[in-house]
Amino acid sequence: MTPIVDVRDLHKRFGELEVLKGIDFTVTEGEVVSIIGASGSGKTTLLRCLNLLEEFHQGDVLIGGEAIGYRVQRGQRTRVGEREVARQRAMTGMVFQSFNLFPHMSALDNVTLGLTKVRGMPRSKAIELGDHWLERVGMLERRDYRPSQLSGGQQQRVAIARAIAMNPKVMLFDEATSALDPERVGEVLETIRSLAQEGMTMVLVTHEMRFARDVSDKVVFMEDGMIAEQGLPEKLFMHPESPRLQAFLKTSSF
Amino acid sequence: MDWSYFFSEVIANRGALLHGTAITFTVSLIAILAGTVLGIVIGIAVTYGNKPLRWPARLYIDIIRGTPVLVLVLTTFYVSSAVGLNFTAFQAGALALTLFCASHVGEILRGALQSLSRGQIEAGRAIGLTFGGIFRYILFPQALRFALPTWITAAVEMVKASTLLSVIGVAELLLSTQQIISNNFLNMQFYLLAGAIYFLIDFAIEQVGRSIGRRLEQPTRRMV
Repeated sequence: MTPIVDVRDLHKRFGELEVLKGIDFTVTEGEVVSIIGASGSGKTTLLRCLNLLEEFHQGDVLIGGEAIGYRVQRGQRTRVGEREVARQRAMTGMVFQSFNLFPHMSALDNVTLGLTKVRGMPRSKAIELGDHWLERVGMLERRDYRPSQLSGGQQQRVAIARAIAMNPKVMLFDEATSALDPERVGEVLETIRSLAQEGMTMVLVTHEMRFARDVSDKVVFMEDGMIAEQGLPEKLFMHPESPRLQAFLKTSSF
Repeated sequence: MDWSYFFSEVIANRGALLHGTAITFTVSLIAILAGTVLGIVIGIAVTYGNKPLRWPARLYIDIIRGTPVLVLVLTTFYVSSAVGLNFTAFQAGALALTLFCASHVGEILRGALQSLSRGQIEAGRAIGLTFGGIFRYILFPQALRFALPTWITAAVEMVKASTLLSVIGVAELLLSTQQIISNNFLNMQFYLLAGAIYFLIDFAIEQVGRSIGRRLEQPTRRMV
């Protein structure tokens, strides 16, 4: 079966600094993969390469079997055009650390913007679908509220609805709970967990080790721009092989 | 003060006064509308453009904003005729004010756009919008809220700056007033009258701006 996400020999530089040094990993349909590692290990950069928010310099990223971002023409590697990039980005859904809701729009309009303007859905259909997903994340009663009138946890749940309503092949979560007050973390994790249980394919960059262990089918440990170890959560958390991972787990709180 | 003489002079010169007011209003309106459109393009270029777009836009803003409007008006008038463009004084003046307005709008928009978080663009990209869509639905509506008060100020400045067209012979309100005064010598009365008319035009612009501002502030139910 074609993996939903297939990353092959991915390299990425910021100027002279190489932050991704040849990453290979796959995510199959329905799989939940957590990427863990210290800050600066390149995990967020890797996630951002999956929806082309970062450019990359070598290797391939395939989403649903389609190589995204670049094509090779007459031996030259060139970036695909803006419309093509936009279409490829819509194959994935992203949830950001700082929510990034559109502050001038209601919760519902946040969710329906992409449906009407990108998917070309009629307004009534978009509202129907928007309401469905807002209900799914427990935010239907707040559909007409502005982001500024919502708590962080509520904003993040609307952001999850906004991303998933686009029917992406895979959902990407970039430290989705890091900016939340501790008492708001649970409601967002619960929302993510229930989507995972419904079979949504997901890649999570997270500092929530316990959550990563409980919810993931596979855990990827990154260190210094490379994957140092990956496998089943029980194996990585209970029997880490690399000394780096052993040290990392010691300093992480559960 | 001889009120009856003043009023009879106002009535006698009503044609010139109305015509001058109409010219002031028209040239200001052209400058504000065309200058805003051009200024939005420049503001986008200077904020989001690549180098070949950004630098000319930056240069344009800095040079035009740094030039006295009177110099701009005179330059446009004389340069256009020197290079064989047969602009009337009105056309040259409207062009000069438009260029001036565009530089201000460009700078105002740049400031407003740069105050928005980079995450807004990324969120728009993540749902598959192209830059055009991101600007139209996400960035511009937010920038408008920030920029509106300054934009109103700039619009009012355009009306005031239109008085400078009198030096190239555009019979706008100030020049019309001066011509009337040269016949009846009612300096104080007619300058005060002109001032009152300018005030009314500016007041109207501010009221329109405020009502737009109020509409933007209202919580949106249905945006799209």
